[in-house]
Amino acid sequence: MKLWNKLMCYSRRHSPWLFHMNSGSCNGCDIELVASLTPRYDAEQLGVRLEGSPRHADILCITGPVTHNAVKAIQTVYGQVCGPKAVVAIGSCPATTNVFIDSRTLDGPLNKHIPVDVFVPGCPPRPDAIIQGVAKAAEILAERGMNPPKTELSIAAVSAEEVQP
Amino acid sequence: MERVCGICSNIHTLTLCQAMEGLTGQTPPPRAQYIRVIMAELERLHSHVLWAGIASKLMGFKTMFMTCFEIREKIMDVLAAISGNRVNYSMNRIGGVNRDIDDPAAILAMIEQLEGEMMKTVIPIFTTSSTARSRCAGIGVLTEEKAISCGVVGPTARASGLGQDLRRAAPYAAYAELDFEVPVEKAGDVRARLFVRALEIIESCKILRQALTKLPPGEINSGEEKFKFVTGTATSRVEAPRGEVMYSVSWKEGSRNPNRVHVRTPTFANMPAVRWMVMGARLADTPLIQASIDPCYSCTDR
Repeated sequence: MKLWNKLMCYSRRHSPWLFHMNSGSCNGCDIELVASLTPRYDAEQLGVRLEGSPRHADILCITGPVTHNAVKAIQTVYGQVCGPKAVVAIGSCPATTNVFIDSRTLDGPLNKHIPVDVFVPGCPPRPDAIIQGVAKAAEILAERGMNPPKTELSIAAVSAEEVQP
Repeated sequence: MERVCGICSNIHTLTLCQAMEGLTGQTPPPRAQYIRVIMAELERLHSHVLWAGIASKLMGFKTMFMTCFEIREKIMDVLAAISGNRVNYSMNRIGGVNRDIDDPAAILAMIEQLEGEMMKTVIPIFTTSSTARSRCAGIGVLTEEKAISCGVVGPTARASGLGQDLRRAAPYAAYAELDFEVPVEKAGDVRARLFVRALEIIESCKILRQALTKLPPGEINSGEEKFKFVTGTATSRVEAPRGEVMYSVSWKEGSRNPNRVHVRTPTFANMPAVRWMVMGARLADTPLIQASIDPCYSCTDR
């Protein structure tokens, strides 16, 4: 059983599938997320794949400052992702609501609604930073798979020094 | 205003600054006008190549998607070399631009290399390949009458035989001094829209080459930090990659903020036309037809 667990942990770390969700973003982060999957940055080397359905995904990538209309959708999609799961907040918007702060149409930041594991700050973050954030989330995912939920959720953030341009 | 849309972020600041310049009575110096043209055309290039990538993915042509994005990364390199950022450039300000192009020759070399690559791969594949032809020809037809009645703008209108382009019809920045063609196709189907965008990529490279060689010396902005706004409403129209963007700004003299800023984006104008395009089409073609107008939901949402 232990060996099986180890194998699962290894495969989780090496094949995280992403589900991308836009909660009122300006498209900047979405484009950078797609750019990080293309030949120059090539996140597919890490086994990352963009998936069309949250039920098939392991990591939920959320961009945008969370509008009122998006709240319910985010909660639904978060519920649909099968456990163990991890959440990556891409860009400054889901972390702080950025320049849209105090807008009447927003209900942010994101961690008010669902637990977030990795924040990738930047407006928009470079593809390198996004890949690092996803890699970090994959590690968290593997750990969470090993010892399921009773532990408290660990929060990690990509610091500016760690990201090599 | 850059955060209206992450794909055409430069166009939104450009239009707002032009409207504000109408209210403050400022005229940007010639070098700033040229730098604005260069940024706008680079943005058009990256937006069209991005669209080509997405369209080929919807056609089921994933190799082309990767090729397009690889070329797009090189355009992003040029943009990053000029402005220091990949998406939000913050180049425009009231009365000029924020950053200068120090070394136009180096940028020109990058553009030439890019143009060579695009002429070799993207454009021939989209215009001559049988895969693209069989997937796009004759679907999503928008006739000229329908195009006029829906009021479509940009490449969607030019593919239906309407030769409208604000760069030609109402020149702003330095477009009046540059020589370029406005590609127009008559067919109105998805293939015509593909053609128009492919030809626009070539025209953009042509404009960039001219603008970089002609770049006049001088100041890049007026250097003023505080502006005196007059009471009134100023409107500015600009040809974005997807079509016409219109900003209308009303200001009351002495107030710190504008009374009203109205934004009209091209996708908002093009979206109703999709209804006529998808009539009678097969279900499998609808994603491609919808993508053929190059929809941008964050622009529509603004």
